Amino acid sequence: MSFQTFTFYAFAAILVFAALRVITTRNPVHAALWLVLSFFTAAGIWLLLQAEFLAIALVLVYVGAVMVLFLFVVMMLDVNFDSLRQHFRSFLPVGTAVGMLVLLEMALVIVGSAVGRTVSAPAAPAGSNTQALGMLLYVDYVYPFEIAAVVLLVAIIAAIALTHRKRREMKHQDPSAQVRVRASERVRLVSMPSEKPPV
Amino acid sequence: MADLLAPLQSAMGAWWLPVWTIVKVVVIAVPLIIGVAYLTYAERKVIGWMQVRIGPNRVGPLGLLQPFADTLKMLFKEIVVPSGASRALFFVAPMLSLAPALAAWAVMPFTGTLVLSNINAGLLYLLAMTSLGVYGIILAGWASNSKYAFLGCLRSAAQIVSYEIAMGFALVGVLMAANSLNLSDIVAGQEGGAAYWYIWPLFPLFVVYLVSGIAETNRHPFDVAEGESEIVAGFHVEYSGIGFALFFLAEYMNMIMIAALTSTLFLGGWLAPLPILNEIDVLGYHPFGDGMLWLAVKWAFVLLIFLWIRATFPRYRYDQIMRLGWKVFIPVTLVWIVFIGAMMQTRYAGLFH
Repeated sequence: MSFQTFTFYAFAAILVFAALRVITTRNPVHAALWLVLSFFTAAGIWLLLQAEFLAIALVLVYVGAVMVLFLFVVMMLDVNFDSLRQHFRSFLPVGTAVGMLVLLEMALVIVGSAVGRTVSAPAAPAGSNTQALGMLLYVDYVYPFEIAAVVLLVAIIAAIALTHRKRREMKHQDPSAQVRVRASERVRLVSMPSEKPPV
Repeated sequence: MADLLAPLQSAMGAWWLPVWTIVKVVVIAVPLIIGVAYLTYAERKVIGWMQVRIGPNRVGPLGLLQPFADTLKMLFKEIVVPSGASRALFFVAPMLSLAPALAAWAVMPFTGTLVLSNINAGLLYLLAMTSLGVYGIILAGWASNSKYAFLGCLRSAAQIVSYEIAMGFALVGVLMAANSLNLSDIVAGQEGGAAYWYIWPLFPLFVVYLVSGIAETNRHPFDVAEGESEIVAGFHVEYSGIGFALFFLAEYMNMIMIAALTSTLFLGGWLAPLPILNEIDVLGYHPFGDGMLWLAVKWAFVLLIFLWIRATFPRYRYDQIMRLGWKVFIPVTLVWIVFIGAMMQTRYAGLFH
């Protein structure tokens, strides 16, 4: 067994275990951390496929930013598990049905396309992977890419505009105004004799 | 060297690569850890001198053994686990903060040929690794079951995520100028003396990068994550002994990392400031030419700036930190990136490469 195969199996085992723990662990913070671990090992497997840009982008975006914010929220929430489990029984039939349906669909896709066919890993493009992706995104498909970017931007601005509200009763500090302040606005220097003039 | 290692290589077969890589890792990591030890010493000495004190001078000549005394003391301290703490995460957190700090060094080039892993996406890898360090801090704050630690970790998480954006944009400017994500290529693009370093065309990005670097490492004046006057010691308030030592090690290692990156990206890396220094010949060697000497000088200079800033400025207030990151740095970097892109289309393009 070559070192690469060994690495693949080690990473795959960690990935499967971590993904299982995401849905079996009881503590939401632990679940988020297991998800971080599974993202990280998935990035490792992508590296083995020489897709270094995707692997690093996965770590940078999902592990480094998205999951940090996720953890941030999960830690501050006081999740009450008793109230969450209350309706477990009544939701069970619907949940099972949806779950089975998803499983069936996935099985159909996999059986229909992959079984009985060996798929070799696509050959790495000449030059670096990052360069090849850049050519695709910014040269070949530049207009779809830019349109997608604009749509995302609009979505971000809309989300902020919808949720942001000014509350009049709250007192805010304005750091920009505080930074711009001049000494002359706060202190008045007066010139006066330090002691009474002799009579 | 290669001839000496050849028999060993053939004896180990397929396992040669991993074993030899581990040897290289040790050769990078051990000097780095000693560097951290003496950075703490330098910090205390330099800040002492700036405040007209002497600094540590009791342990060994000139206090030079002080870092070892501190390390030994911390190793022998008892580790206290707070009641109600999440035990496993409490122990994992310091390791999670140290591991990315060490892993980032894998792609750092020391000279044109001396680099552990010369990967093409080096800059992205560094960005990804430095963004992972925040997990150690968040988990330490959460697992400690302490309000002070928790407040510290929330502050630090928000701060690191915010400044990462400005830092990433500053790096975009560098890769536009260098046309590469490979750190060795970026240094090679600055060849020709100090006038060709990226600090000049990218000066606003250099300032943003350095200040964001200070904020990313939770250093003064952005150290609200451990602001003593407000939340005792922030995220590591419950840690003692070796746990605290690991956080300390990670913080200083990240400082050296930022200093190394600043020198590599903006100050020409291992290149000599004047090309004529390459001509000086001493017995067939070029001691003042391109090489580790200049890299060390640049690291030391950037680290001195870190310490200087710490000795000079008062701590930022939290909302001011957020304003600086989002409302000042991100617009500055965005404007400068567009400016570089526009200038590259004119006949002044040569100035920006």
